[in-house]
Amino acid sequence: MRKRQRKVKDPLLFSLIEALSEDRVTDGASARRIYSKDGSVMEGGRAGIVCFPEDTSEVAKCVSIANEYDREFVTRGAGTGLAGGSVPCNDPIMIVTTRMNNILDVDLEKRIAWVQPGVVNLDLSNSLKGTGLHFAPDPSSQQACTIGGNVANNSGGPHCLAYGVTNTHVAALEVVLPDASIVQLGSIEGEACGYDLRGVFVGGEGTLGVATRIAVRLTEDPPEIATLLLDFSKITDAAETVSQIIANGVLPAALELMDRNVVAAVEPFAKAGYPLDAEAVLIAEVDGLPDGVSHEVDIISEIAMNNGAREVRIALDEEERERIWKGRKSAFGAIAKIKPDYYLHDTVIPRGRLAEVIQKVYEIAERYDLLVMNVFHAGDGNLHPLLVFDARIPGTLEKVKQAGEEIVRISLEAGGVLSGEHGIGLEKQGFMSQQFSERDLEAQDALRRSFDPENRSNPHKVLPSGSSCGELNSLNDIPEGVWA
Amino acid sequence: MKSMEEFTEEIGDTSFVSVRGGATRWNLGGSLTEGAIEVEAPQGVIDFKPEEMIVRVGAGTKLSNLQNDLTELKQEVALAGFPDSSVGGSLAVGSSSHRRARIGAACDVLLQADCVGADGKQFVAGGPTVKNVTGYDICRLLVSSLGTLALMGVVTLRTRPKPEIGVWLKGELPFEEIMRCCYRPASVLHDGSKTFVLVEGYEKDVEKEKASLEKIGMVVLDRELEIPPLQRGATREDLNVGFLDLQIGAVYSNDTHCNIEVSEEVERLSNRIKKNFDPTGRLNPGRKPY
Repeated sequence: MRKRQRKVKDPLLFSLIEALSEDRVTDGASARRIYSKDGSVMEGGRAGIVCFPEDTSEVAKCVSIANEYDREFVTRGAGTGLAGGSVPCNDPIMIVTTRMNNILDVDLEKRIAWVQPGVVNLDLSNSLKGTGLHFAPDPSSQQACTIGGNVANNSGGPHCLAYGVTNTHVAALEVVLPDASIVQLGSIEGEACGYDLRGVFVGGEGTLGVATRIAVRLTEDPPEIATLLLDFSKITDAAETVSQIIANGVLPAALELMDRNVVAAVEPFAKAGYPLDAEAVLIAEVDGLPDGVSHEVDIISEIAMNNGAREVRIALDEEERERIWKGRKSAFGAIAKIKPDYYLHDTVIPRGRLAEVIQKVYEIAERYDLLVMNVFHAGDGNLHPLLVFDARIPGTLEKVKQAGEEIVRISLEAGGVLSGEHGIGLEKQGFMSQQFSERDLEAQDALRRSFDPENRSNPHKVLPSGSSCGELNSLNDIPEGVWA
Repeated sequence: MKSMEEFTEEIGDTSFVSVRGGATRWNLGGSLTEGAIEVEAPQGVIDFKPEEMIVRVGAGTKLSNLQNDLTELKQEVALAGFPDSSVGGSLAVGSSSHRRARIGAACDVLLQADCVGADGKQFVAGGPTVKNVTGYDICRLLVSSLGTLALMGVVTLRTRPKPEIGVWLKGELPFEEIMRCCYRPASVLHDGSKTFVLVEGYEKDVEKEKASLEKIGMVVLDRELEIPPLQRGATREDLNVGFLDLQIGAVYSNDTHCNIEVSEEVERLSNRIKKNFDPTGRLNPGRKPY
């Protein structure tokens, strides 16, 4: 039965309904409320009309209408972002890609899959089971996050240490530019000539246009995998082990560190056999051909023991390996049970300074009387200090904010950068001028203006604009299932 | 070693200017406009941190010298070039190695670039860590830009472990059959008649892969294969003399006259980028990377 037509007075809403269909465009209060937030702690977003296009031409129509009505637009996938990258400011048109969730073509010989941006990361790898191939980027939110979101944030994940982040695995993109023109960036064969427009688009946080079809490179499944669980009585010994593994020419597929507090939180749930009395647990995974894997296991084990590891445990089978990873990947869900609120950071520091910086993070937390938990991608120096607290206690939010700023500052002082995988979004805009000079930021703005001269696509993000709409003014109501 | 300040002063803020490295692919993208001044970038390794897998060097450093230095600590950078190529030149032309399938592309190598812009002012693109999503990735824009957007003075590069050994084999077998015998080969190249495979890694594994390939008829080469440079934008139809990378689809050839076309939208976007970075067109005038 045909739905009864709404009476639409708003010409913008009418145009968008004409372009898509009535059931895929809404200005309802509940939809606008839902799409005003993402997985971050940023509050204050205000979504405009919400659209659910299904293909490139419909996205182009939405963008064209945004231009016609002089409106901004924000693209959003699953909304799992942790830096407020898809939190809308000033009632923009919301282009939600979740209905663009088709795997369009898989070429096993060329090892390329064309997907729509709303395909969930893990769904792609699951669909490839049995082919000997997989999609390598594996952010901890991979059960929910979309590949379009991975492109926007240049997402990583535990296994990007050896395999590279999303940018490495994107061969080409079909993009609707902010002027509504459609363009293909990159190439599925060879390397495109000219400026690397594909390369700069990935990681653009949705400010350079809308990716509507993505050609991802598929990675061969390794014939052999060894997962090691190393436990230490000092976290600094674990950090030193990480540095020495890399210095010895071993680049593990993954190298993840969890501190005592995290282990205590996840073990009851994961039942991975993590030692509860250890100060730090290091998960190291190496893969490849059998002799090389065995050789690297020996090197890692020896380095760990020389650095005071109490035990080196190697997963005996796939089930044990999965349990070890289940604990790591579900760490943030478990932490949510300790206190009602938490604030997760994402800085990167040189690997050689891990021990020193982690120690400083503990000192900062102690000074502010906050609980800090550390679970992070140690292999590439990507810290995720997690401040856990109860925002109902007066004064706590202010302490969390100040402690967070100090953590960012010590990371930069150690020669690090603001973000390893969450992006800048709204959350870290204000910190950009601490890492970059005015002239550095001008160069970044030149790139942005080239793609989006009208500053229409996900504006008010990434670069300091002085007009940020989001505030870290409430860290309550953190959405369920926040990952890192 | 020349300082960034000296480099910046030489570039100035008005004249047509180009950076000359090894000049091994000097006319790629067009000939330099007559009258443009030529400057050289700083040369030499500034800092090598094997535990960070990064190296900071002057962009004018000879690539072969850098690779030799890194080899001593069993590392390398995923850039290719001629014996006289400079690091900056290899980055500017986006010279990925024929081993790209295993070690990654040139665009993944550049982590940070200390540059001089068209306004004669220094700026920094990227950051010094191996993982970084802070702001827009200007480094990616600089690689393969032929020095038309900014001039690189000092660069921080990602290094990676150098494989223990590598072995070249040749034969006439189909790609699928070769891939069944080896895991992530560094190169599978076809020259129009024969297929060449480079397997590398841990010695014992490589020996086994070599034996598997020999069993199906591949023959070990007694010398390293000489591979011409990557021709960006070229496809298998452009292959006259050279090699087609069967894993990536890239073409390695000395023939620089490939039929490269970009779409109208890409050209328009690229022109805007050039205009925003270099409004007067003073950087590497006469050259166009697209």
